[in-house]
Amino acid sequence: MDAFRVISPGSFTTVQDLGRYSFIDRGVPPSGVLDPYAYRVANLLAGNPADAAVLEITVTGPALEALGEADVVLTGADMTATVNQTAAPMWQTVRLKKGDVIRIRQAKSGCRAYLAVTGGIDVPPVMGSRATCVKAKIGGIEGRPLRKEDVLGRFPAEPLARARMLPADFIPAYRPEFVLRAITGPQEEVFASGLETFFGGIYEVTPEADRMGYRLQGPPVHHDEGFPQSIISEPTIPGNVQLPADNQPIILLVEQTTGGYTKIATVISADLPKIAQAMPGNRVRFQRVTLEEAHRIYRDQARLLRQIEASLSSSR
Amino acid sequence: MVSHLFDKPRIRISGDRAVLVEYGDAIDPAVNEKVRAMAALLKQGLPEGVEAVIPAYRNLLLIYDPLVTSPEKLLSLLQGLEARLHEIGIPPPRIVEIPVLYGGEFGPDIEVVARHSGVTVEQVIAIHSGTDYPIYMIGFTPGFCYLGGLDRRIHTPRRKTPRTLLPGGSVGIAEAQTGMYPVDSPGGWQIIGRTPLKLFAPERATPFLYEAGDRIRFVPVTSGEYDRIREKEGT
Repeated sequence: MDAFRVISPGSFTTVQDLGRYSFIDRGVPPSGVLDPYAYRVANLLAGNPADAAVLEITVTGPALEALGEADVVLTGADMTATVNQTAAPMWQTVRLKKGDVIRIRQAKSGCRAYLAVTGGIDVPPVMGSRATCVKAKIGGIEGRPLRKEDVLGRFPAEPLARARMLPADFIPAYRPEFVLRAITGPQEEVFASGLETFFGGIYEVTPEADRMGYRLQGPPVHHDEGFPQSIISEPTIPGNVQLPADNQPIILLVEQTTGGYTKIATVISADLPKIAQAMPGNRVRFQRVTLEEAHRIYRDQARLLRQIEASLSSSR
Repeated sequence: MVSHLFDKPRIRISGDRAVLVEYGDAIDPAVNEKVRAMAALLKQGLPEGVEAVIPAYRNLLLIYDPLVTSPEKLLSLLQGLEARLHEIGIPPPRIVEIPVLYGGEFGPDIEVVARHSGVTVEQVIAIHSGTDYPIYMIGFTPGFCYLGGLDRRIHTPRRKTPRTLLPGGSVGIAEAQTGMYPVDSPGGWQIIGRTPLKLFAPERATPFLYEAGDRIRFVPVTSGEYDRIREKEGT
C-alpha cells in the first residue's frame, strides 16, 4: 500500500535494512543501516519486524506527504521535524493522517536519522535484502537515493493501539567529541610503536566521510621499519581501521568488501553507531579494549535491546 | 621451491564478530587451494553461529555471532575439519567458460599489448585464452575477480590515462593481472576484448556465474557468436 510521496528527497536518503550478507564473497558490499541501534529502536517503537526496511536520512531530511494513515517513528540524529508545521517529537510514534506533510530538517546533533513506518517500507528484496547499494545499483528504489515524486509503499499493518515512546534513559546523546572502543588487529604486529600514537591521539573527522568509510586526520601512525604498508588484499569488515600510505586512519564501513592496506584496530560493534552519527570536524579518541571486554559489551547491548523491547510491549 | 603454506592456520581477530583464518603468507596456488578447500567444506554446512565465509588469496574471513560462538570454538572446529580434509572429497575446481570477442572496437588496446610483448595480436589471443585462471578472490566491485596465472609474455603496464567509462564485460590486462569488469566502471587496464555474458545479474536466481576457487577459461568467439550470446543474455 502507498505510504509516502516524496516532496523533496533531502541530501541523501536511502531505503535500508540490516544489509545483504550472502554475497560479500562475490564483492557485493553488505550495505544496510550505518546506525543499527537507532534502526532497531525505530522498528521496535513502530511494532515492526526486526529486519523491516526504513529510510536512512543523512544530514538534511526529506519532506514527505502521507498517502494514508500510518504511524511513523523518527530516531537517530536530532533533525527538527514537523508535521503540518507542528513540531513532531523524535524517539516516539507519531500518527500521520492522509495528506499530512512531515518535514525533516537539518541535523542539529548527529548525522543520520531513521524513519520507520508501521509495516515497514515495501520495496522488492534484491538478493535477500531491501538495502540500497548505490555502487551495485541494487535494493531500495532502483538502487539509488530518493528523488522528488518517488512514491514509497509500506506493508499493511494495524495502527498501534496507543502511542509509544522510548524511555529517556535509552536515548543516546551525540557529542562532537567522543570515544570509540577498539580491539587491536588484524595487523597490529606491524605497529609496535604506532599503537601508542593511535590510542593516544585525537583525530578529527574529515569531510571525506560516507557509508564507505570515515577518513580521519590527526597524529600520523607509522608502520614499523621494514614492514610494507600494503598487504595481499583481503576481506574487510565494518569498523576495521585501515592505514594507507598517508598514515592517516580510515574507518571502513558498510559499502566495501576488500582492502589491501594494514588494519591497526577494529571498532567494536556497540560503537559503530557513534561513527554513523559523527560529522566532519568532530573529534574522536580510540580506547583499547580486549576481545573479552568487547564480547561482554556485545552481550550487554543485546540485553539492552531486549529490555527496551520488554518495556515497550508491556506498555502496549 | 619454498612452501608458503603454514603448518597450522593462524587466526587474526578482526573486531568482535569476525576472524581472519590464514593458511599462508603469499600469493601461491598451494595456499589458495587450501583456502578453497576449507571454504568449500564450510559452505557445505555453515557451523553454528557462522554468518558468512569469505575466501581470499591466502585467508578466509568468518563473520560470526558472538552470542553463539567464539574464535576459540571456530579455530578448533576448523582444525578438526582440516584433519579430515583428505577423507572428505573436495570437488575439483569448476571451470567457467567466458566467451570473449578479442580486438576491434571491443578490445582497443590489444595492439598495445602485442607491441609491448613483441608478439602478434593472434598470439596475444592464443596466450590469453590458453590458460585457466584461478579466481583467488572476488571484491572491489560486484563480481570483480582477482585472477592468478597470467602468462609473463603478455604482462603489460596499465594505461597512462585511465578511461572514465569501461563498459561492463570488458576484459583486460594490468601488469601481471588479467580480469573482467562485470559492471560499467572507470579503469586503467589495457582492454583486449569483451564478453557478451552478463557477469552480474541481480534479478537472476544465481546473480553470478562463478565464485572464488573456480577457474576462468576465456574462449575466443567471432562477432557472429558474440551477437548471438548477447541477444540471449539481453546485455
